[in-house]
Amino acid sequence: MYWEPENECMERDELAQLQLERLEATLNRVYLNVPFYRKKFDELKIDIDGIRSVEEIRQLPFTTKNDLRDNYPYGLFAVPLREVVRIHASSGTTGMSTVVGYTRNDLKTWSNLVARVLTAGGITKDDVVQIAFGYGLFTGGFGIHYGAEKIGASVIPISSGNTSRQIKIMQDFKTTALICTPSYALLIADTIREMNINTSSLSLKYGLFGAEPWSESMRREIEQKLKIVATDNYGLSEVMGPGVAGECLERNGLHINEDHFLVEIINPETLEPAKPGEVGELVITTLTKEAFPVIRFRTRDLTRVISEPCPCGRKFRRMNRVMGRTDDMLIIKGVNVFPSQIEAVLFDIEGTEPHYQIIVERKGALDSVKVLVEASESIFFDEMKKQNELIELIKRRLAAELGIGVDVRLVEKKTLERSEGKAKRVVDMRKL
Amino acid sequence: MLRIKNLEAGYATLKVLRKVTMHVNPGEIVTIIGANGAGKTTLLKTVCGLLRSRDGEILFDRQDIRRLSTEEIVFRGCSLVPEGRQVFAPLSVRENLVLGANVQYRRGKQAEVKNDLNRMFGLFPRLKEREKQLAGTLSGGEQQMLAIARALMARPKLVMMDEPSMGLAPLIVRDIFGIITRLRDEGNTVLLVEQNAKAALGIADRAYVLETGRIILQGQAEDLLSNRDVQRAYLGRDLDSETDI
Repeated sequence: MYWEPENECMERDELAQLQLERLEATLNRVYLNVPFYRKKFDELKIDIDGIRSVEEIRQLPFTTKNDLRDNYPYGLFAVPLREVVRIHASSGTTGMSTVVGYTRNDLKTWSNLVARVLTAGGITKDDVVQIAFGYGLFTGGFGIHYGAEKIGASVIPISSGNTSRQIKIMQDFKTTALICTPSYALLIADTIREMNINTSSLSLKYGLFGAEPWSESMRREIEQKLKIVATDNYGLSEVMGPGVAGECLERNGLHINEDHFLVEIINPETLEPAKPGEVGELVITTLTKEAFPVIRFRTRDLTRVISEPCPCGRKFRRMNRVMGRTDDMLIIKGVNVFPSQIEAVLFDIEGTEPHYQIIVERKGALDSVKVLVEASESIFFDEMKKQNELIELIKRRLAAELGIGVDVRLVEKKTLERSEGKAKRVVDMRKL
Repeated sequence: MLRIKNLEAGYATLKVLRKVTMHVNPGEIVTIIGANGAGKTTLLKTVCGLLRSRDGEILFDRQDIRRLSTEEIVFRGCSLVPEGRQVFAPLSVRENLVLGANVQYRRGKQAEVKNDLNRMFGLFPRLKEREKQLAGTLSGGEQQMLAIARALMARPKLVMMDEPSMGLAPLIVRDIFGIITRLRDEGNTVLLVEQNAKAALGIADRAYVLETGRIILQGQAEDLLSNRDVQRAYLGRDLDSETDI
């Protein structure tokens, strides 16, 4: 099932032509309408008429989250405010929020792109879609909402939070699809179990999860606990919100809506293009945004591009599920460590719960990492010896995966904070 | 069908097209709108070989046609309805149409010309009425119909039209645009250059906005109709008088 097959399945050479047309028009427009870009290009003596292929975009400077903050709130808008019909702001998980705007045409595009992602994830007009993303300045709730309505699904705009009510509505309204962050899906699943509700009595079939990095093991866990097919989707408010990329039912990478977004993968340290298929930082240029176009925006998300064709028939290339954020990347004893690597190890160990926290401290001149893991009740009340065995097992597996030793502590079930939105996995106690 | 990449063209030292990238798919009406001097006519002239490009690519049916003569480009199926009609005034309507079919003789398809004549008279009953009249004695609207019919006589895969509404009364413009829509519905492909942005966007599938030799906007025609920049610049809506922000 496709939402816009003429686009999603278009031949690569047609796509290349369309991308170039849209890139050139976007560059002409930002140069005319956004002083920030004009100044930057002029300073660097870049003639945008000289950019004649999508690859030559590499001649242009990157745009960073800091550029967005420096131009708070409306400095990077490419249209006057009277043409903006919606304003969102980033969740500000990593600092001051950034503001983005949408024209009427932008909202239309956004709804269609979200509809593509939802359709790819199995949703049709017959579904009852429970949207447990926060509604408000965060793009997740409204972004998914309009796309789901476009498809014609029955939309429950419940927003996030109040988990027992989520579950009651899920039962009473016969929800068939759940849309939220993966960590919240897991919390809902655990709560269902605690309430002694049989998952099979629910009508749930599909789950679309996004807004934070998660692992393949976490997908298996969610799929088993909720008895659903879970797909991953990707977006960020600076670029648009949800709808940038989404998995099809092959569940093997997220199709990027390449007719609206030009993606590059760079090495976050050298800023040079990564080799084909290599992991690096995702950089996005919008090709159709009217109110808030961004040129070479550094997402800080780490992934790789999968160019092999997908059996689903979509011709858009895929990106790997986000493996972590360059901000989240911890450098411990000189080794790059991503929380997602730790998560993957924990998920595969019997006797642990899928809840963990990584505490980073600085002792003297050295960083040290402590991983807090919730142990299942049976283990926790068991003898000390078994606990120690479990700790040793986790340490060994982590050392094998990461190449460094980390401290591991078991904590009692439900002592770590549960998240209804984006989970906070890393606590950085260093004063850097 | 038509794919243009980074096209640059002009006259002597004057650079008119700075960088134009666009395409036309089979069965579409694509319109290029823009102010006087933006480069619309230059673009059409360059595509059909009346003007040499300085840089860039023009692919017609995946073949590079940049170095071909106009005759060859018409032979391959790309015809132009020129600005200001340019009908052969001292010749009759019928003679104008037969001349348009010239390329069909080269293709060895002269047998079809008679049929095509009748098809044109079916599409434009006015021309049938004036079959023997000299083209120079026709009204502006009739001349425009003749110019379109003459181009169609070449059985083109792509018809390019340069300002077909120019100098015509609004009612006639409506007729002409009705005919263009009908041509598309019958499977023809049309590239339409217009200053009458509202009418052009009203019938087109997709559109490009050309400004000083560059494309600054592109998209579905209906989306461009609701774009405020287009409204302000080409649809005569004065937004600045509406609000202060």
